[in-house]
Amino acid sequence: MALQSLDVLRRSASPTAAPEARTPGEVAKLIDVTTCIGCKACQVACSEWNDLRAEVGTCVGVYDNPTDLSSEAWTVMRFSEVEENGKLEWLIRKDGCMHCVDPGCLKACPSPGAIIQYKNGIVDFHQENCIGCGYCVSGCPFDIPRISPRDNKAYKCSLCSDRVAVGQEPACVKTCPTGAIQFGSKEAMIEAAAVRVTDLKSRGFDQAGLYDPQGVGGTHVMYVLHHADRPALYANLPKDPVISPTVRLWKGLLKPIAAFGIAAAVLAGFFHYVTVGPSRVEDEEKEGTL
Amino acid sequence: MQVTRRQFFKISAAGLSATSMAALGFSPSEALAEVRQYKVGRAKEIRNTCTYCSVGCGLLMYSQGDGARNAKADIIHIEGDPDHPVSRGALCPKGAGLLDYVHSPNRLKYPEVREAGSKEWKRISWHEAIGRIARHMKTDRDANVVAKNAAGVPINRWLSTAMLTASASSNETGILSQKFMRSLGIIATDAQARVCHAPTVAALAASFGRGAMTNSWVDIKNADFILIMGGNPAEAHPVGFRWAIEAKKKGARLVVVDPRFNRSASVADRYVPIRAGSDIVFLGGIINWLIANDKIQWDYVKAFTNATLIVAEGYSFDEGLFSGFDEAKGQYDRSSWNYELDESGNAKTDPSLAHPRCVWNLLRQHYARYTPEVVTDLTGSPKEGFLEVCEHLGRTARPDKVATILYALGWTQHTTGSQNIRTMAMIQLLLGNIGMPGGGVNALRGHSNIQGLSDLGLLSTSLPGYLTLPQEQAHPTFADYIAKNTPKALQPGQLNYWGNTPKFFVSLLKWFWGDKATRDNDWGYDWLPKWDRMYDVLAIMDLMHRGKMNGFIVQGFNPLASLPDVSKTVKAFAKLKYMVVIDPITTETASFWQNHGEINDVDTAAIQTEVFRLPCTCFAEENGSIVNSSRWLQWHWKGAEPPGETKTDQAIIGELFVALRKLYQDEGGTLAEPILNLSWPYADPTEPTAEELAMEMNGSALADLPDPKDSTRFLARKGDQLPGFALLRDDGSTACAAWIFSGCWTQAGNQMARRDNTDSGLGNTPGWAWSWPANRRILYNRASCDPAGKPWDPTRTLITWNGNKWTGADVPDIQIDAGPQTGMNPFIMNPEGVGRLFCTDKLVDGPFPEHYEPMETPLGTNPMHPKVVNSPAARLFAADKERLATHDQFPYVGTTYRLTEHFQFWTKSVRLSAIAQPEQFIEMSEELAAQKGIKIGDWVKVSSKRGFIKAKAVVTKRLKPLSVNGQTVHQIGIPLHWGWESVAKKGYLSNNLPPSVGDCNTQTPEYKAFLVNIEKA
Repeated sequence: MALQSLDVLRRSASPTAAPEARTPGEVAKLIDVTTCIGCKACQVACSEWNDLRAEVGTCVGVYDNPTDLSSEAWTVMRFSEVEENGKLEWLIRKDGCMHCVDPGCLKACPSPGAIIQYKNGIVDFHQENCIGCGYCVSGCPFDIPRISPRDNKAYKCSLCSDRVAVGQEPACVKTCPTGAIQFGSKEAMIEAAAVRVTDLKSRGFDQAGLYDPQGVGGTHVMYVLHHADRPALYANLPKDPVISPTVRLWKGLLKPIAAFGIAAAVLAGFFHYVTVGPSRVEDEEKEGTL
Repeated sequence: MQVTRRQFFKISAAGLSATSMAALGFSPSEALAEVRQYKVGRAKEIRNTCTYCSVGCGLLMYSQGDGARNAKADIIHIEGDPDHPVSRGALCPKGAGLLDYVHSPNRLKYPEVREAGSKEWKRISWHEAIGRIARHMKTDRDANVVAKNAAGVPINRWLSTAMLTASASSNETGILSQKFMRSLGIIATDAQARVCHAPTVAALAASFGRGAMTNSWVDIKNADFILIMGGNPAEAHPVGFRWAIEAKKKGARLVVVDPRFNRSASVADRYVPIRAGSDIVFLGGIINWLIANDKIQWDYVKAFTNATLIVAEGYSFDEGLFSGFDEAKGQYDRSSWNYELDESGNAKTDPSLAHPRCVWNLLRQHYARYTPEVVTDLTGSPKEGFLEVCEHLGRTARPDKVATILYALGWTQHTTGSQNIRTMAMIQLLLGNIGMPGGGVNALRGHSNIQGLSDLGLLSTSLPGYLTLPQEQAHPTFADYIAKNTPKALQPGQLNYWGNTPKFFVSLLKWFWGDKATRDNDWGYDWLPKWDRMYDVLAIMDLMHRGKMNGFIVQGFNPLASLPDVSKTVKAFAKLKYMVVIDPITTETASFWQNHGEINDVDTAAIQTEVFRLPCTCFAEENGSIVNSSRWLQWHWKGAEPPGETKTDQAIIGELFVALRKLYQDEGGTLAEPILNLSWPYADPTEPTAEELAMEMNGSALADLPDPKDSTRFLARKGDQLPGFALLRDDGSTACAAWIFSGCWTQAGNQMARRDNTDSGLGNTPGWAWSWPANRRILYNRASCDPAGKPWDPTRTLITWNGNKWTGADVPDIQIDAGPQTGMNPFIMNPEGVGRLFCTDKLVDGPFPEHYEPMETPLGTNPMHPKVVNSPAARLFAADKERLATHDQFPYVGTTYRLTEHFQFWTKSVRLSAIAQPEQFIEMSEELAAQKGIKIGDWVKVSSKRGFIKAKAVVTKRLKPLSVNGQTVHQIGIPLHWGWESVAKKGYLSNNLPPSVGDCNTQTPEYKAFLVNIEKA
């Protein structure tokens, strides 16, 4: 059942080949920052659908709450006040997993099946296989995954894979009051973005454009930006995100060598245990609990 | 868990080893890739309507279990209804978090009492609660109800107990409360409309004949230009705002005028700042600009407005005062603000507009003073911003271009609230934008059923369907009432729909008193209470503060949090003998006696008020209808049982009424007649059902109603539900609780439950729910056609005259067979048939809007007329007058508002909403912060003459100092959602700050412009 669940494309750290026969279409979410009012309906709908409840935080002097992504907050609004051409703009970006075509998290993940990429483009975390190493966090060029302090497992937006699997749109998409979040085939979303860009250019935003960064092979969550030439205006959205060289090195070269070395050490340990037996130490530390 | 150091090493080592092995692909078990199970696959799906704002978004509620009897329904998920024509599946952050409202830890579960002087709640049985409350009420009523006034007129007035009703409760609860209260003689009553959109009703009715949002949410998409001023729909009505975005996507331009660069401004083409409380200057300036630049839709203005009508001699305006001002009373004698009539009683007209006293010339003169320079100087708005708004609006003076306005409480909550709205109504008439698809004056109402409770007359001096409750001087007898409230047409050929008042009123009395209402007793007219003056919430609080009230019944309202000047309100509550709070959740009102340190510093033991707290169902646990802002009555269905011993509002009112009636039957008492004669025909008298009450709102035939055109036929048989208000009779043969709702539940069944979302054109969905009046979706739509009956704009054809009748995508708002040749004009509720630029004597503070400063002005003067600074017709109680400040003591303008993450004072009890916006804050400019040494995120104290709050500082570029009348004006934004009954961080009631003074016409408090100071806390 596993490999059929949503037609797996890739699994982290898994040698098993994905089934090839079925070819479902790709989906994408388009976030039109230029019609987003920052109402946070998407945040709330996400938490409601996914049964997440973050702690009630504090106001730190801005509208951002929760103030950052967490294992219980898979998407947050980031508000930026910028002055462009003497005109104030309140840029509000919904931050969350971009569902990269070439996902750094999956590449970095050492635990088999903890991170799955489906053929429809969704990159999903499977907590039962997560070992909490945090490599996905450092592997992500967008700084999205978060390790839960409660169970030491990584969490992030699943693009509501459970809803998409039964033919529904993600919870954030459905709830978006202004239609700033749309969902459909990647092709349809690129077309929808083009219409928006034309409208924005007619209103004086010459640099309006689509954010679908090729450094990660493109993404299945894309933005329409008024200032596509300067994504950093939007709470430091990276201009040219790429997977970190360390992750690439690990995957490409070091992993086989390290695998051999560590496996040898484990085998040596096993034979030592079998032949010599465990090392026994008296419970001298009954008093010292941590 | 206790872990020894040694165990820790073992665990760590094992973990490391596992990590390393797993990292290499040596997984201990098969790695499964399986999506989370879809959690509502076979859950029961129930349709409902969001309980928060008046967009009225459709909900799908999912409850655990597939409906099997053995499974106890429990709501596990709520999301948007994709079939809903307005929301199309969307929900705002509050709506998306409704699940946590239904399951809030602050839900009440059992009846409780706080005994006099006690510091805790005590659980009691329903039997005890109802018994004790009924006894309190009877004791107070027997002692204080007044049967007759000095002139011997029956008045049946019980003033020592007040009752507030809930604008989020259903129509069915509302109409039952109406019946209950009036039978007891309660006129000290109010609903949230008072603190919300009451000025809208006053202003729009005075201009167009009906006091409601003219168009519908979806229709906003048909606009070419959208002005947002006096409102912030992206924040307060996000899902309705989607249709502004849709218009924009089709090419419309969107401009926001507001003291604050807000969420609406974030997606607008242009933002124009304005000083809070100077809107009439800005709008009056637009009128002047339109006239000066000839941007007037002349054919429309001449045919469909009163521009050509002649005003009687005696009307004048000079140095800030209209004719007829009585300095001593602080009121106008409005008799000179009327038309000059000819011998047959029609208003005289001058189609050439030459007459110096025709409305057009008076209008032109009045606004000539509002030059762009004056506008800039008094509003602080940049001139080019002001002119850009003028130009955008001016472009829609053509028949084929339409502008709309979206506004809300930013206009209503001023001493000039009604007049702010009036000014915009006039602009839209001048541009020919009323009745047009994509046009109108769109009042975005607040609570989910605030429109319904207004429609049902749950206000001190009102009855259902915008009928007035009898007044003791004007209407001592039934005949007086009918004579004074049945206008005659002021122009030939006009429909003058209020000419039908007797049919509406007699049918209403038949609903109140049933068989006991006969022609011989004037249909029980004398049993209704009569009013002497309006007992709105501010008046009620003042009486309570002066120790004149003993009881207070509060149904789904949180007046301590909602009303201005909290410290006065607390003192008022402490003087009560008993208070009854009916609510789904805990409120600050119910726990006003609790000491919460600085937040609510009261002496609990000294407060002798007995407080009962009764748990009622929320929207998800009951059937019923609510009316959205665009007048749609939408039916909703129960999804689960309520928690604990919670009862519906109808059951609580039902039990209370039955208990009271029994006391009067058994013991007798003062003025028992209205109570004993009240019609209470419900199958279970202790719990009238929503269905029974909805059918009563529609009305039914009490006898066979023969067809006057064909005596062999009947329009309705005895016992039938009526098809609409056209069948109402004034001979006692029909009963109807709310004539404007007639048609909502006909012989064909519940029309409010209809779910056909087919678009009949321009986004109209006449098969979805039911809209008053008569299922019309766009009011005054006759005005979308020229006098000859052809649409002004063929691409916006809503209705047309086909030679025999009016027909089209909407129900025509005109007599169906009254063709253009009849001269019947589109504003059928107005006796003159046209829209009012000059609103005659309909408002208390002037026939034309004029700029007056807020009661607390940062300027200390009114440069337009320094002798008349504030509105001369504002009502100010002595105790409140002392509590007003001047700008030398409190130099900054405070303005309060909502945030999109929260709804009033409820959602602080909702975890998901609390997460999204957890803690109280205020907003201020970088400039003022620098001056005061305040940094972003600092704690600050904001104080007024009446109290203070402490909150975090949001220091922002979105607020800027304005240059006004040669001085710098700083404005401080104060979101209002906090309190101590809270899942969010506890906070101060923002209404510690504003003064207790209201709009001249409706007493809606001036929350939007008052004086404060600020310091680092």
